[in-house]
Amino acid sequence: MYPELGQLALILALLLAVLLSVVPLVGALTGRDSLQAFARPLASGMFVFTGLAFAILAHAFLVDDFSVAYVANNSNSMLPWYYKFSAVWGGHEGSLLLWALMLSGWTLAVTIFSRKLPSVMISQVLSVLGMIAVGFFLFVIITSNPFDRLLPNIPADGRDLNPLLQDIGLIMHPPMLYMGYVGFSVAFAFAIAALINGRLDAAWARWSRPWTTVAWAFLTVGIALGSWWAYYELGWGGWWFWDPVENASLLPWLSGTALMHSLAVTEKRGVFKSWTVLLAIVSFALSLLGTFLVRSGVLTSVHAFASDPERGSFLLMLLGITVVASLVLYAFRAPVVHVRSRYGSLSREVFLLFNNVLLVSATALVGIGTLYPLVLDYLEMGKLSIGEPFFNTTFSPLAVATGLLLGVGIFSRWKKTDGGWLARKLLWPLALSTAITAAVMIGYGGFTPWAFLGVFAAVWVTVATFWDLWDKSSSRNGRLYGLRRQSRSYWGMVLGHLGVAMVMAGATIVSNYGIERDVRMQPGDSAMVGDYRIVFTDIGQREGPNYTSEYGSFDVYLDGKQVSELHPEKRNYTVGMSMMTEADIDAGLFRDVFVAIGERISDEAWAIRVQYKPLVRWLWLGALVMALGGFLAIADKRYRIRVSKEKEAKVIQPDASGKTAEVTS
Amino acid sequence: MHPIRKKRLIIVLFLMAGIAIAVGLTTYALRQNINLFYDPTQIAAGEAPTDVRIRAGGMVEEGSIQRESDSLKVQFRVTDYSASVPVQYDGILPDLFAEGQGVVAMGRLNSEGLFVADQVLAKHDENYMPPEVAESLERAEKSRADAEKAAQSASY
Repeated sequence: MYPELGQLALILALLLAVLLSVVPLVGALTGRDSLQAFARPLASGMFVFTGLAFAILAHAFLVDDFSVAYVANNSNSMLPWYYKFSAVWGGHEGSLLLWALMLSGWTLAVTIFSRKLPSVMISQVLSVLGMIAVGFFLFVIITSNPFDRLLPNIPADGRDLNPLLQDIGLIMHPPMLYMGYVGFSVAFAFAIAALINGRLDAAWARWSRPWTTVAWAFLTVGIALGSWWAYYELGWGGWWFWDPVENASLLPWLSGTALMHSLAVTEKRGVFKSWTVLLAIVSFALSLLGTFLVRSGVLTSVHAFASDPERGSFLLMLLGITVVASLVLYAFRAPVVHVRSRYGSLSREVFLLFNNVLLVSATALVGIGTLYPLVLDYLEMGKLSIGEPFFNTTFSPLAVATGLLLGVGIFSRWKKTDGGWLARKLLWPLALSTAITAAVMIGYGGFTPWAFLGVFAAVWVTVATFWDLWDKSSSRNGRLYGLRRQSRSYWGMVLGHLGVAMVMAGATIVSNYGIERDVRMQPGDSAMVGDYRIVFTDIGQREGPNYTSEYGSFDVYLDGKQVSELHPEKRNYTVGMSMMTEADIDAGLFRDVFVAIGERISDEAWAIRVQYKPLVRWLWLGALVMALGGFLAIADKRYRIRVSKEKEAKVIQPDASGKTAEVTS
Repeated sequence: MHPIRKKRLIIVLFLMAGIAIAVGLTTYALRQNINLFYDPTQIAAGEAPTDVRIRAGGMVEEGSIQRESDSLKVQFRVTDYSASVPVQYDGILPDLFAEGQGVVAMGRLNSEGLFVADQVLAKHDENYMPPEVAESLERAEKSRADAEKAAQSASY
């Protein structure tokens, strides 16, 4: 009975989405307030019914209702309850329902947090979100209905959740990632609404900025969680594989990062408007592309379990309609926008422009590397793959260049920066960064040009960020007062940039100084990895709730002292008969020691992988710091306090020296 | 020239230079890092280049896995049931690597016809078959059927 109600709720949500995509838009175009007033109730209703559908599906999982095909395929009565719950988005249908839930959640959030926006604007934004929702509800209902029944032959038990997904990282990774993907739909909707009514101004930028930032922050966390999960669960210690599915999430992140920065320029200085709109469209299109790549089955990976060509073509159609429609609108409306502000060639505007050029180049690079093999395959021009070396050789220089530019850009001023002043300003931070980098190189004992560049870029960003913070926080009333006077959005920027530096440092150090060894061991043997001695003490059978495992025991010694005891496992999940390697990691802020069991080679001996991973944690900590910066930035006062007309004209944030001033709006 | 135009020109030139460098790097890197796929029949026929990083795939031949007793070196044959190629690998094989399973190996073919793999991929699902392998098996199946038909018609 319940599943049919879920189906009904989905259909009702679709109907509400159809109304939402038409009624408020007509109201906005014809200037009828009565029609615009429908926007909020419709959006709320859509959320309620999607939530209901989601809750019913979750209920079906928790009570083991195997008459529902999706539950039977993705769950099992032996699963612990939390995996039953996360299995809701463990497969194709449920994860799309989650997508739809997120979308209606974001739509609801727009209705709640945008009360001060003009009614015309909000109606258009909500209508655009409604249109996207129509597409996805249709997709779920027509091609991927999670409520399909297996009647009358109800299976006695389910086929179990893929053991790879039975993990805490995978409970959280998809919702976070989807929050990010779907979040860009809000920035997209704002851009489309602005194009429709031709109001591409600073106010528009200020409205869409927090939405973009928060979507970006979620996406950052989602990507980091995926990487962390791959590290301990899937990758034998690798943290990024340039797998097309990973790239699919990196693409909107890169263009979203560009969008955040260009929105800053549009808000503060009123320039780059057309560019910003284009980036908003591109970021959302890339989110859709990511969903298409992962969900259509064109890629074979852990993510694409069930593939069905019908689904792929439907998603491709959605993507096509979105891109073509928004670009046509862009082509007709964007030239209306005029730019009046001027800026010098060394201004902060120009530095942010270069930031955008680098980030968009990186997006293009990753895009080419990901799509080129797919396109060739589709055109039947041969099967090929583009491996990690391609991405490593092309992406690293761009990342380093972005870091170097970032450090300079931090010191630049809006409108105009004096070249001589900037050069003098950079001298000491540069010297300090070089010294620190040299010290790090000596500490890790080995110089390679790439390691040096990567570490230098990270140190340089850190030094420049703190230097600027020091400059800005000097105050007659003492340092503490000066620090406290900084706005939350400034602190957000500081954290965001420090997070970038941490990721750069982590990536460089672990790639250049990490040690990975595959060794043949039997109980009693020991192996060295870096300064650590790993002793294989024992291995034996163990029973888990839904698996049996070979349970290994290893002691880790440093300088003759035992630092930890690790228990990697080789699990055999009984229902699906699938083997899983569970690595065990002695995690630390500055290094991880990683042990994983490979296959059994003889009666006694096993293949064992031992790894020393310096600074690997910084990758994910850095991402968290970045995301924290994003959340801090949207907590800035100016988004909450309604700035009156008089105040808007006034100078709000004179900087420490008082030489220049930022003008909001 | 008008100073604003000059400034714009400089910015545009910078952008062009940046894009040119990016395109150059991309094509260079692409040329270095494209890994073409070959099936055992193609490799046995000598169609695959030696000492270039390529991908090869097929089914692991029954009874072909040989391990060395003192290291992780392993040798096995990959087949599409028409031809087979010896593959050597030093390292940990994936969980679902087994005889009769589909695999894709990355590596180089040496002059003796031995495929030295640096990476072996199998999938985390026993029903999964890498698409390239599935296709090459189909092709091999078809050409065998054609050959049989030809043989039959020849005998008439």
